[in-house]
Amino acid sequence: MRSLRRFLTRLFNLATRREQEERLREEIEEHIALQTDENIRAGLPPVEARRQAMLRFGGVEAVKEDYRAERQILVIEPLVQDIRYAARTLRKSPGFTAVAVLTLAVGIGATIAIFSVINGILLKPLPYIQPDQLVDLTHIAPGVSLPEADAAPFLYFTYREQGRSFQSLGLYHWTSRTVTGLTEPENAQSLDVTAEILPMLGVQPALGRWFSEKDDAPGSPLTLVLMHGWWQARFGGDRSVIGRHIIVDGISRQVIGVMPASFRFLDRDAAFLLPLQFDRNKAFLGQFDYPGIARLKPGVTIEQASADIARLIPIALHSFPPQTGLTVKEFEDVRLGPKLKYLKQFLIGDLAKALWVLMGTIGIVLLIACANVANLLLIRAEGRQQELAIRRALGASWRNIARQLLMESVGLGLLGGALGLGLAYGAIRVLIAIAPAHLPRLDEISMDPGVILLTLAIALVTGVLFGMIPVIKYAGPRVATSLRGSGRTSSQSRERHRARSLLVVVQVALALVLLIGSGLMIRTFQGLRRVDPGFDPHDALSLRIAIPASQVIDPVDVIHMEQALVEKIRAIPGVTSVGLTTGIPTEPFRADLVYARDKSYSQSTPPLRWLKFVSPGLLGAMGNRLIGGREFNWTDTYERRPVAMVSENLARELWRDPQLAIGKQIRENLTGPWREVIGVVNDEREDGVQEKAPATAYYPLLMNEFQSNSVSVQRRVWYIVRSKRAGSQSLLSDVQQAVWSINPNLPLANVRTLQEIYDKSLARTSFTLVMLAIAATMALLLGTVGLYGVIAYSVSQRTREIGIRMALGAQRTDAIRLVLGEGMLLTLIGLIFGLVSSVGLTRFLSSLLFGVTPTDPLTFAGVAALLALVSLAACYIPSRRAMRVDPMIALRYE
Amino acid sequence: MKQKADVLQGTLALMVLKTLDVLGPLHGYGIARRIEQISGDLLAVNQGTLYPVLLKLEQEGAIASEWGASDNNRRARFYRLTREGRKQLQVETQEWEQTAAIIGRFFEAKAEDLA
Repeated sequence: MRSLRRFLTRLFNLATRREQEERLREEIEEHIALQTDENIRAGLPPVEARRQAMLRFGGVEAVKEDYRAERQILVIEPLVQDIRYAARTLRKSPGFTAVAVLTLAVGIGATIAIFSVINGILLKPLPYIQPDQLVDLTHIAPGVSLPEADAAPFLYFTYREQGRSFQSLGLYHWTSRTVTGLTEPENAQSLDVTAEILPMLGVQPALGRWFSEKDDAPGSPLTLVLMHGWWQARFGGDRSVIGRHIIVDGISRQVIGVMPASFRFLDRDAAFLLPLQFDRNKAFLGQFDYPGIARLKPGVTIEQASADIARLIPIALHSFPPQTGLTVKEFEDVRLGPKLKYLKQFLIGDLAKALWVLMGTIGIVLLIACANVANLLLIRAEGRQQELAIRRALGASWRNIARQLLMESVGLGLLGGALGLGLAYGAIRVLIAIAPAHLPRLDEISMDPGVILLTLAIALVTGVLFGMIPVIKYAGPRVATSLRGSGRTSSQSRERHRARSLLVVVQVALALVLLIGSGLMIRTFQGLRRVDPGFDPHDALSLRIAIPASQVIDPVDVIHMEQALVEKIRAIPGVTSVGLTTGIPTEPFRADLVYARDKSYSQSTPPLRWLKFVSPGLLGAMGNRLIGGREFNWTDTYERRPVAMVSENLARELWRDPQLAIGKQIRENLTGPWREVIGVVNDEREDGVQEKAPATAYYPLLMNEFQSNSVSVQRRVWYIVRSKRAGSQSLLSDVQQAVWSINPNLPLANVRTLQEIYDKSLARTSFTLVMLAIAATMALLLGTVGLYGVIAYSVSQRTREIGIRMALGAQRTDAIRLVLGEGMLLTLIGLIFGLVSSVGLTRFLSSLLFGVTPTDPLTFAGVAALLALVSLAACYIPSRRAMRVDPMIALRYE
Repeated sequence: MKQKADVLQGTLALMVLKTLDVLGPLHGYGIARRIEQISGDLLAVNQGTLYPVLLKLEQEGAIASEWGASDNNRRARFYRLTREGRKQLQVETQEWEQTAAIIGRFFEAKAEDLA
């Protein structure tokens, strides 16, 4: 009880410290004054009286110490004192402090920035209810050489009715739809869903209601739920929008709800959601155009769900009729199977690997930064040896000194951490700006309390980590406290160098690993740039226009309008060619089978091929090359002639020689008319230059009897406009005027240059490259500075030794050789370790590389040589100082 | 060393309490002088050691202090016994007498008594 009270008072004392000191001082003063008075009364002269009084009082400082010890809480107050002391020492050497803090800030800042990205993209759960139960319903289709296939309505009905593993499942479909009747016509992103999707995610609408089963039933009144952003943009957030009607693709739909601002479906923005309204009675085998998601029942694993689906697929294939012109057997040959993925995994894709590589990279930079600061601290501690020895002699325990040294390094760590947090904040902004546009969950990247806590932890750990090295060396319990001459008058022992040399070796090795990593990425990038994408990305604009049936019903009229648009746009000054296509690189493709007339398909179904429906002039606009034959003309199109073109690789696959393809016949199913191959087009890499070009069949925009439609017409097509003015606003507004002069209700959508599309396909590589290059540059810089610091310091310490050598007849070149030799030896050891570790570590990069092996000898040798050269420069500068040593001056200080 | 200082501090605290009990409020110098007069040499060299003891007692609540005017009209800190201090003094006096009695008996004891 009594001690508790004492403790509480002491806590209070902490706050009133100055006051208490003052009180004691006053009391002592008074005490001595009273004693002096008494001594004077006893007959002593005043000066002697005061002296005697002070003698009787005893050591004032000792009393003060005791008094303080009585007053304070033993742990906290010395700590506060240490912190003050550390702050004072750091303030006294601003240059050292600035360099150390900056180095750390860069290391910590970069680590935090990358961790924030990883946290946002990989670690945070999806913003839906119980996200770990959500799976993506992708399928594999090994029978048709497709890596993955989406779900289809017939599968949806089967899974929903007979599945055992799912609480609910639903399909969705991204598409763009034309909205008219508001102000300008707009091509808006629509998310079509079955009724289960929104309740499955568990995100309540902000206004109104979700789709009900009834909304999703075929024949029900048409409805619409608005997304928050579009509601704000088009309706100014007007709450009375519920119940209003909006014209979508020419059909009126009633708004029944608005989603909250926080809601985002997977990683794409939409303007609104529509119910899909699948009709069970009309479902058939085919229509694999709908991705799906499902919520697993509690306790059901993804393996059990996959087994369930594998069981259901054959049932589904025999419960619905096949698409007209196809047989059930053909669908069985597709060998459809489950490939369930957790929704988050589906969303992140292969990005995780690149991100972890980055995290490792940045971790290495942080290590190098730590090594650098540890080196600085070591050099400083060495200079302060005498000071430390004096403090020991005056009675400071080694614990006190160790604590104080640690406090300094932890202080540096914390300062670096604070500054690093600021840097990270800026870096994240930059990162988001330069990140690939399709980086998933980009909006989830932020600095949350967890990240800040991590910063604090990193700052503390690094502070202690690099602070321990000088502590162990100079404040350990067994360190001699000799006060003998400072480092200047005795030359250096090898022993003392060892810690610093080790740090330099580590730095060089780590820097080499990073440099090799970025070297490999540079080679990858070069390799990718050299690949012919099959089209000409320069000077071409792409945009999409859809002509809905609500505006033009007759298919031939659609082609008339499309041709009119092409002519009108081509008349714009500076436009050299215009063409239409349904498929451009990196955009989703349509696919179907291709049967050749001179092949037999009794055993198996042919693989799926990409399909493109193109207008005359497309090849010129796109920059494709005709390998043989001729391109479609408008007569082919209007007369619906049974003609086709094939890609070079498809021609080679079917007939070995592209020239042999001309005149051959193909069709898309077993019952349709044969179509004559009239041309062969060069291969176009559709999915980024690192992916092989897909085998592709080209058809006209208007055809008879295609895929069992009596007339097939392409209403939603890309316009490729080749012009030097591509990318300029003036060209875009010219195009817009041209389009609206033909039909004022046609919106332009997805306006981009082909160059942008091409760059996007390289984005992941260039993003990784930029990040690695930044990290490697930092590593190189820090490593060089570290090496330079050690060599320069070593020269300054060895001035005397060099002086003696010169006095004994050594030449200046010998002095240089001495210093360079020391530096280059360290570099060499570092390089060897670096090369060995690189061989092990670059494996992790292999999935990101293209056209270069992870142990590319050229990169390894080149980068090692570069680093050796830079090290040579770093050692050469201090070695010149060694050369200039005048033996007379060096030895004068004996 | 340390142990000896503790003993000194312990006895010193008791002396302070007793002095304040008998003489009423006093400043530090006054307490030091009284203790010196009664105990002789114990404090002769280091009057200053009194102050940490005074602080300790004050923090425990046995004594309280306030500013007042000293004999020659200067500001001085006056210490007085609190109720709690008086209780503490009683308890400690008793304990001390007990201890002293036991120790005394030990010192008087002869070899045959302990055998």
